[in-house]
Amino acid sequence: MPANNSIFQTSTFRLAAIYLLVFAISAGAILGYVYYTTVGLLERQTEDTIHAEILGLADQYQLLGVAGLVDTVQRRSRETGGAIYLLEGPNQTYVAGNLDAMPSGVTQNQTWIDFPITVGKAPVAVQHTARGFQVELANGYDLLVGRDVNELRQFRDVIREALFWAVAMSLVLGLGGGYLMSRNFLKRVDAITGATRVIMAGDLSQRMPVSGTNDELDRLSGSLNDMLSQIERLMNGMKEVSSNVAHDLKTPLTRMRARIEAALRQDNEQEYRAALNQTIEECDRLLRTFNALLSIAQAESGQMRQGLQPLDLNDTLTDVVELYEPLADEAGGSLKLEAKPGLRVRGDRQLLAQVLNNLIDNAMKYGQSSSEKAADIEVFGRVEGQTVVIEVADHGIGINEQDRERVLGRFVRLDESRTKSGNGLGLSLVASVMTLHNGHIQFEDNQPGLRVILRLPLYTEAS
Amino acid sequence: MQHAELTSEAQQGTEMHMRILVIEDDREAASWLVKGLRESGHIVDLAAEGLQGLTMALEGVHDVCIVDRMLPLLDGLSIIQKMRSADLKTPVLILSALSDVDERVKGLRAGGDDYLAKPYAFSELLARVEGLGSRKLLDPKDAKLKALDLEIDLMTRTVTRGGKPIILQPREFKLLEYLVRNAGHIVTRTMLLENVWDYHFDPQTNVIDVHVSRLRGKLDKGFAEPLLQTVRGAGYMIRAR
Repeated sequence: MPANNSIFQTSTFRLAAIYLLVFAISAGAILGYVYYTTVGLLERQTEDTIHAEILGLADQYQLLGVAGLVDTVQRRSRETGGAIYLLEGPNQTYVAGNLDAMPSGVTQNQTWIDFPITVGKAPVAVQHTARGFQVELANGYDLLVGRDVNELRQFRDVIREALFWAVAMSLVLGLGGGYLMSRNFLKRVDAITGATRVIMAGDLSQRMPVSGTNDELDRLSGSLNDMLSQIERLMNGMKEVSSNVAHDLKTPLTRMRARIEAALRQDNEQEYRAALNQTIEECDRLLRTFNALLSIAQAESGQMRQGLQPLDLNDTLTDVVELYEPLADEAGGSLKLEAKPGLRVRGDRQLLAQVLNNLIDNAMKYGQSSSEKAADIEVFGRVEGQTVVIEVADHGIGINEQDRERVLGRFVRLDESRTKSGNGLGLSLVASVMTLHNGHIQFEDNQPGLRVILRLPLYTEAS
Repeated sequence: MQHAELTSEAQQGTEMHMRILVIEDDREAASWLVKGLRESGHIVDLAAEGLQGLTMALEGVHDVCIVDRMLPLLDGLSIIQKMRSADLKTPVLILSALSDVDERVKGLRAGGDDYLAKPYAFSELLARVEGLGSRKLLDPKDAKLKALDLEIDLMTRTVTRGGKPIILQPREFKLLEYLVRNAGHIVTRTMLLENVWDYHFDPQTNVIDVHVSRLRGKLDKGFAEPLLQTVRGAGYMIRAR
């Protein structure tokens, strides 16, 4: 355990300590109440009894005189039950009672006193504690009434001891439990910290430990793991993009270099001219790729969101279809538009036109139903509830279900031979423009062919 | 294709000689640009920074100014704004490494007449510069445009060639109008896409070519002399004479 991760600094331990303090205070209060209602009650009852008896005897002395009092004291002294009596005459002379002499410590009238008494006859005599009350009567007589409180005191000690141990045990157990809990917590936090260190060192496949109890730490680890999966996927995507960029740039550069080298070997102006023309074409292709990458990055950054204006997609659809219709027609295919009115969205005309442009271009390249025939393409536009739906459908080879997500990635071309022109960025741009417009792209099987479905939020005056 | 193909050397620069001001601080880029424009038969002045550029532009002797956006001392957009506030109407082509539509709009709003993102093809730049230079020759209020035996009536939106009416779709009319306004000058595919369709992205296909060849079919059908020419590696041109 690292030194700065002291167990006393953990939130669990602090929580346990605070809880323990509150618990100790309330336990103390409860036990104090128990003590007061048991031991205290018994002591008070004893004192009340003694007091009552003193009053009774004082009354008798007034009514019957010394003889009556002596008679009563002698009678009661013979009874067993732990009652103690002593009646002294003037000058501390013994008159009656079961105590030989007034205990030392009695100095003034009407005081409570604890004093030792001897119970039983030697050799089994034992010392007990007694508690008594002494009053001075008229004519120099002193009366002491007491009770053997030995059992009571023993009971009090037992209770006190029990209370002490109860508090002590709860403190020890609470501290120990807090320590153990904190150590367990700390161990799991340390495990998570360790995992993050490994991840930071570069191993993105590492995950936070999950204990399986589904407690808050588990849930935290769970969401951290989800986040890590997302990051890992994005990182892999980035790596794929970087390696694709490298590959897609390296190939034309290699080609360019080879051509120039071959032309230089020829030493012929005609060859030079051809090589330079091809180099320019290759450069233009590379620049187009870079521009497409920049457009995607710009759409993805979201900074264009403020510039979006309300516009009618019907116009854009008509324009783009009109732009492409002659090309499709010339190739022997067809391009048809079926759009319902009211396709209002908040968007960027250029970007949305480019999206349609890319989709129609793809459909023309990959949408032929057979190799002899050019593609027949249908474009639909309609409103579904609060959504504007645009569809571009062809009757070509379509996209397999498992490739539908992948094909949105940069430089992904399903045409492995790459015989058709293109840079594999068209659908990436479509996806990023859709995201910019809070829209969504989806692929469906057109049976046969591909149906690309774009959904955009409908623009209304209220929104 | 049956139509005449002219090489760019034969075609470009033969029509007119303009005095062009280039304001560009990148020495190498500027020297290639100046060389190319001179080879095309134009007289070129070069300014390597903004203040000098503005002073030269304010002389008011140039037919076209080519202004880079990022310049030392005074940036390109400020030069254009100062030119316009001095009531100088010299057409300006803005050059910029920033290719966003937003940047283009900013440039045109400052008073620029055209915008070209770097890197550009020289043929594209030349076509645009010559297009800008010829613009002032045409009176925009003129209701009729003519090229050879072709006549466009902008009021009735009708087209005749040799007195014979030619029926055009609205977009074809717009396309023809743009080509005829630039008659005698090369018009690139990008210029057509920007000015006729108002699209500022690269469609990556020869989508414009089909529209032009359809238009050509309608214009040249039944006529021996082709009117609409393809200039290889550059664009299209309507013959003025």
